[in-house]
Amino acid sequence: MEKQNIPDAVPFKFGKKLKTWLGIAAAVGLIALLWGVFIAQLPASRIWANLWLNALMFLFLGLGALFFWTVNTLGESTWQINIQRIMESMGLTIPFAILFFVIAFPGLKHLFEWTHTEHLDEILQKKTAYLNMPFWLIRFVSYFALWTFFAFYLRKISVKNDFEPRDNFLKKLRSTSGWFIVIFAITSSTSAWDWLMSIDGHWFSTLYGWYIFSGMFVASISVIILISVAFKRFNIMPNINSEHLHDLGKYLFGFSIFWAYLWISQYLLIWYGNIPEETIYYVERVDNFNTLFYVNMTVNFLFPFLALMTRGAKRQPLYLSVIAIVVLIGHYIDLYLAIMPGAVGHEQAAIGLLEIGLPFFYLAAFLLLFLVFFEKAKPVPENHPYFIESSDYENI
Amino acid sequence: MMHVSPVREPLINGEKSYKDITKDVVAPVRAKPGKLWFVGLGISAIVMLIGFAMIGYTIWFGIGTWGVNRTIGWGWSITNFVWWVGIGHAGTFISAILLLFRQKWRTSINRAAEAMTIFAVMCAGLFPLIHMGRLPLGFFILPYPNTRELWVNFNSPLLWDVFAITTYLLVSLLFWYMGLIPDLGTIRDRMKTLWKKKVYNFLSFGWKGSARHWQRHESMSLILAGLAAPLVLSVHTIVSFDFATSVIPGWHTTIFPPYFVSGAIFSGFAMVLTLMIVTRRALNLKEYITVGHVESMNKIIIATGSIVGIAYITELFMAWYSGVEYERYAFMNRALGPYAWAYWIMMTCNVISPQLLWFKKLRRNLAFTFVLSIFINIGMWFERFVIVVTSLHRDYLPSSWAMYKPTWVEVAIYMGTFGLFFTLFFIFIRVFPVIALAEVKSVARSSARKFLGKPIKKQSSEKQ
Repeated sequence: MEKQNIPDAVPFKFGKKLKTWLGIAAAVGLIALLWGVFIAQLPASRIWANLWLNALMFLFLGLGALFFWTVNTLGESTWQINIQRIMESMGLTIPFAILFFVIAFPGLKHLFEWTHTEHLDEILQKKTAYLNMPFWLIRFVSYFALWTFFAFYLRKISVKNDFEPRDNFLKKLRSTSGWFIVIFAITSSTSAWDWLMSIDGHWFSTLYGWYIFSGMFVASISVIILISVAFKRFNIMPNINSEHLHDLGKYLFGFSIFWAYLWISQYLLIWYGNIPEETIYYVERVDNFNTLFYVNMTVNFLFPFLALMTRGAKRQPLYLSVIAIVVLIGHYIDLYLAIMPGAVGHEQAAIGLLEIGLPFFYLAAFLLLFLVFFEKAKPVPENHPYFIESSDYENI
Repeated sequence: MMHVSPVREPLINGEKSYKDITKDVVAPVRAKPGKLWFVGLGISAIVMLIGFAMIGYTIWFGIGTWGVNRTIGWGWSITNFVWWVGIGHAGTFISAILLLFRQKWRTSINRAAEAMTIFAVMCAGLFPLIHMGRLPLGFFILPYPNTRELWVNFNSPLLWDVFAITTYLLVSLLFWYMGLIPDLGTIRDRMKTLWKKKVYNFLSFGWKGSARHWQRHESMSLILAGLAAPLVLSVHTIVSFDFATSVIPGWHTTIFPPYFVSGAIFSGFAMVLTLMIVTRRALNLKEYITVGHVESMNKIIIATGSIVGIAYITELFMAWYSGVEYERYAFMNRALGPYAWAYWIMMTCNVISPQLLWFKKLRRNLAFTFVLSIFINIGMWFERFVIVVTSLHRDYLPSSWAMYKPTWVEVAIYMGTFGLFFTLFFIFIRVFPVIALAEVKSVARSSARKFLGKPIKKQSSEKQ
């Protein structure tokens, strides 16, 4: 295949109509929040926990995409190059998550028991060397500094190649990706401990970081699928063909199974060991969040597992995007289950207008930032040495 | 013909045509084996027989001939079992998961790696059987009620192991043999003596290479790959359950399943490297197993090795973070107790030494890779030793703390499994093609140096 045979991507124009829609979505989210605070006067912990949950979800979509891109670069894979700019632009949203986290900072006392340094129990006292505010903040800042640096630096390398292709482009891209993966391997776990596991301050599980990572990865794959399908549908990127969707579908299928594998590994071992300090985490969830507990497993594993089994399912854009939406909501529920029992408690936690409305604000913010960044560069990295390979392959 | 970027390294070096590929790969099967091969086979067979004799000795006199005691009920045998199962992970990973990921370089190494998988699982399977003390007891692990209507304990992960490993062995065997069928047909066509022709014809199920044969063969490969991919993860997951479902500090930790799988692939690739670096020289296959292949394998080594390293550190951190006295002590004892030497050998070999592979020069250096792969083999053995022995030797009751030392019987049995492994491997390289002939040919047009130099003309049939 020659380069000219690949359908040209149209430089994307961020139109007024789209902006209005995003504005409406954001307004819905804001109204839900204001309703929760002023009219319904929901408990403070529930409001803070929701802000925390959405900030995490916002971050995970970008971070997962950055991981996806770098790991494919390191594996010398090529199929993803046609949709690489989507992942790049998603990664650029990472620093904006800081804002959303900081908004929730006044509520940290509601979320984390270990922040109440006046009266820590014996177990939490043993952990103060790690769980203390100054160190926690240092870690917070360094995670974001590192991730942001890599997201922007990798993007710079990639975009620069559009104008002045150099021989050492791939080498540079790969070595930078390598550094990022090393840092991500450590920070993805430690940040999960800091921001999620320490909500249930007494509880511990070695697998927790990897479990959260797998959910993050699946969630961002579903967003990549949704954006790809939309860009193909609206003729922004006609270069995306069913092979790319097929591969994305395979990733969604495979890593949904991987997520379930980690879920069951953690659950089964704790259930089997039956040590009260460990089982308490699941007792709380099975007893008091019973419906969601089973919904989580069904929506995030059974559903994609059965729905994506066939070849056709992964190549049919509409069908694939419906699955992606369900799985994305599923991983929102997964995070909800990770946060609410510990931070809010079952008496006060509920799913109401706030929980349903607020994500629209964050989603709109994510899409807005994503589209702004996407508009800034060519939609396809045409000078990438593997670019033609990315359009000329088949899934057998 | 799919496009291949000019920056990609060729997978087949030298000016190899299709005919050359067949000739080179079939050569070891057709030629008379050299002296070195007989010496190697002889030594392996002797070591194997000594091992078998020691198994007999154990069964005759009982487990008392070993160094295990009441505190440390699992010693070398379980260490060796887990180690060998781990080695057996590379083959199916290469042929199933790398197939799904469309990694073309796997074609040169998958055959030998799959064979090693099967041999390693055979070695592994011996140990639980011997550890029962009497071989006939092995019958009672089959899910079959005895005369008192008692069933096996379905709640026990040890039983799940039986299912997991048997399934793994069967599917790996099937996968390996499936791939062999067209190659055996090729060998048959090149054999001169009638009886050899007949034997290979039988082994290849009368393969004719018709379009229908190929079509079935390829779709079967994909189905088996799909089935085998979760198996790669399941086997070592279940092996890790043997430990993690207990409440022993150092064993009971949720990260075990994925971390064991990663460690298994890590050690499996190390063993593949150890053997293939030698084999490619001995059998003149340098053009097919290139430095590029070694580099790719080294990349997998560094990825899986680093995952293992992170898991070690996570465990260590969580032991402290949990605040549980026993957990904290178990890990202190690992790093600073009487078995600290084993812990630090493990840390050095598995976590620190693979980090050198971040340097491209070292990744492509065969001598360095060979030495490193042996380091990893040793390190991964010590990982299992550390998990098994140091977690057990100081348990909740300080009055029953003990130490463990293997006896010469245990050492000889372990050596014996090496004998078994290498005997089978030596036979394998002379009977079957070490490289998947048909699969290498399938990537030749896109990735062989000979074909890359010239513009590839499209066949008229492809246009339709």
